[in-house]
Amino acid sequence: MTPQEEQIVRKRQKSRALIVALMLGAFVLLIYGISIAKIAAGS
Amino acid sequence: MIMASNVATTPNILPADWRDFLALTKPSVMRLVVFTGLCGMLVAPGGINPVLGFTAILCIALAAGASGALNQWYEADIDALMKRTEKRPLPAGRMDRQSALHFGVGLSFFSVLLMGFATNWFAAVMLAGSILFYVIIYTMWLKPRTPQNIVIGGAAGAFPPLIGWIAATGHVAPLPVLLFLIIFLWTPPHFWALALWVRPDYAAAGIPMLPVVAGERTTRRQIFLYSIPMAAAAIAPWAMGLTGNLYGVTAAVLTAWFLYLAAKVGIRTAVEDDGMKPEKRLFAFSILYLFLLFGILLADHWMMAL
Repeated sequence: MTPQEEQIVRKRQKSRALIVALMLGAFVLLIYGISIAKIAAGS
Repeated sequence: MIMASNVATTPNILPADWRDFLALTKPSVMRLVVFTGLCGMLVAPGGINPVLGFTAILCIALAAGASGALNQWYEADIDALMKRTEKRPLPAGRMDRQSALHFGVGLSFFSVLLMGFATNWFAAVMLAGSILFYVIIYTMWLKPRTPQNIVIGGAAGAFPPLIGWIAATGHVAPLPVLLFLIIFLWTPPHFWALALWVRPDYAAAGIPMLPVVAGERTTRRQIFLYSIPMAAAAIAPWAMGLTGNLYGVTAAVLTAWFLYLAAKVGIRTAVEDDGMKPEKRLFAFSILYLFLLFGILLADHWMMAL
């Protein structure tokens, strides 16, 4: 792998990791919201 | 199936960019899926908690994305042979097939399970059914075998309003079935209008689309003929007393214009280098038609509730 390719790999890994982190955060919030909605409906 | 040299079958050295994963989900197709699903959910009686409603629509969107990804995984070789699709992540060599398959399968399971936990398992089963229908029945079975592929395969795109309704209510009723029928019958004229001007692409890829197999004249006739039951389905919700006059009048006007454009395409014979304008106009209007029809359905529902 050339240094240029290595740089592209790092850049893509970084952006993919950031997207996954953001989606995980959104998923946690969504599960929290669903739980609250379900509890409210149950009561 | 012809193998294209640039479709990577083994993992690439370079990991795919996240934008390529997004492109796998066919975001442009997703807009109509999300909108019709949302309308189906919002016209359902009883209403749904906004968070659960948002989750249901998210699941419909994710399932559509998963279907798109699995479709591109399976058709990467064919996509490489068509101008319209050659720049997609797989045929362009920006992603390996295995990544697309893992992404599609993972997204499918995620969307179905989330739908089941957030709303009800009937909606989740229907969602799973819509993914399997699109990937197995349409993409793998019908599309490479019969010119009627889009007629039966159209059902895959017709599921969203039905699933939206089921997510909100947990059961099926006549109105969402009619909404399903409208999209189901709308798909052939919509898709064949496109197929008329990308026919050389389909012929090169060996896909038996109607214009390739039966010729242009038959396709034009079929476009108009399928528009007639579609028109009946579009008017039916009003005729059956399931919607108000706002929907009835607007649907009649919009559908009359659709029929006019379909008739123009149906009776004409294309000459070389004429730009296929009537076909492109019908294709463009058919998308607007579905957006407007479902939008008016929603507006009518809210007016009736006042």
